[in-house]
Amino acid sequence: MSAPTTRSVPPHTPYHPRWYRSHVSTYWWMQQWSYFRFVLRELTSLGVAYSCVILLYFIRALSLGPQAYEALQRRLASPVLVLVSFISLVLVLFHTITWFSLSARAMAVRVGGKRVPGLLITASNYVAWLVISGVLAWFLLR
Amino acid sequence: MPKRPIEPLFWTLFSAGGVIAAFFIPLLLFFFALAFPLGWLTPPSYEALHHLVSLRLARLFLFVVCSVPLFHWAHRFRYTLYDGLQIKHLNEFINVFCYGGAIAGTVVSAYLLWNLH
Repeated sequence: MSAPTTRSVPPHTPYHPRWYRSHVSTYWWMQQWSYFRFVLRELTSLGVAYSCVILLYFIRALSLGPQAYEALQRRLASPVLVLVSFISLVLVLFHTITWFSLSARAMAVRVGGKRVPGLLITASNYVAWLVISGVLAWFLLR
Repeated sequence: MPKRPIEPLFWTLFSAGGVIAAFFIPLLLFFFALAFPLGWLTPPSYEALHHLVSLRLARLFLFVVCSVPLFHWAHRFRYTLYDGLQIKHLNEFINVFCYGGAIAGTVVSAYLLWNLH
């Protein structure tokens, strides 16, 4: 047994078949609507992160003073940031909708030994969302 | 036996962040990033908002809303990069970028809220 001098064959264990691996395109998620929706759902996280950063900027402006608060609002009204915010809002809403339908499948709530139908769980999520949004709006628009 | 005991913690933060983001973020983003800057709604005055945020409960709320969803982002974005672009060989770098970013955001929000007078 001597060490091979040429590297014409990729390294593999003798007597073991090389695995067959079908090549998956980098753009696999663009080939079907359901795949694309899956990736879009994952990308909603970018909208979530953007929202956190915006809120942190507002907290920073509050600690800096009234001028910083006004300046931040003026900067957010620039066309580029309005576009980014709008896209983020669409993504965040998509996250909320998909998260609520997901929670109905992830949670098996049982009342009196019977499983609560998923539609009811999703519906109660929407109701809670409306109530929470209403409370927040009341605090901010008072 | 457990190779990565930290994974369940990340997953818990992911799902907690998902819940918080789903319930609280749409309205907050709409108000603060669009409706207030564009004048669709009258923004609260600096004094009013400052007063609101000076409440301890409001600060706790803001800390949770600004930090936990960042871990939700980190988890999802990490797997999007893994699967979407098939760049598993950059594992370490992606992990540091995603979770490091989330930890940094958490530290910043704690610092800002703690020092707000």
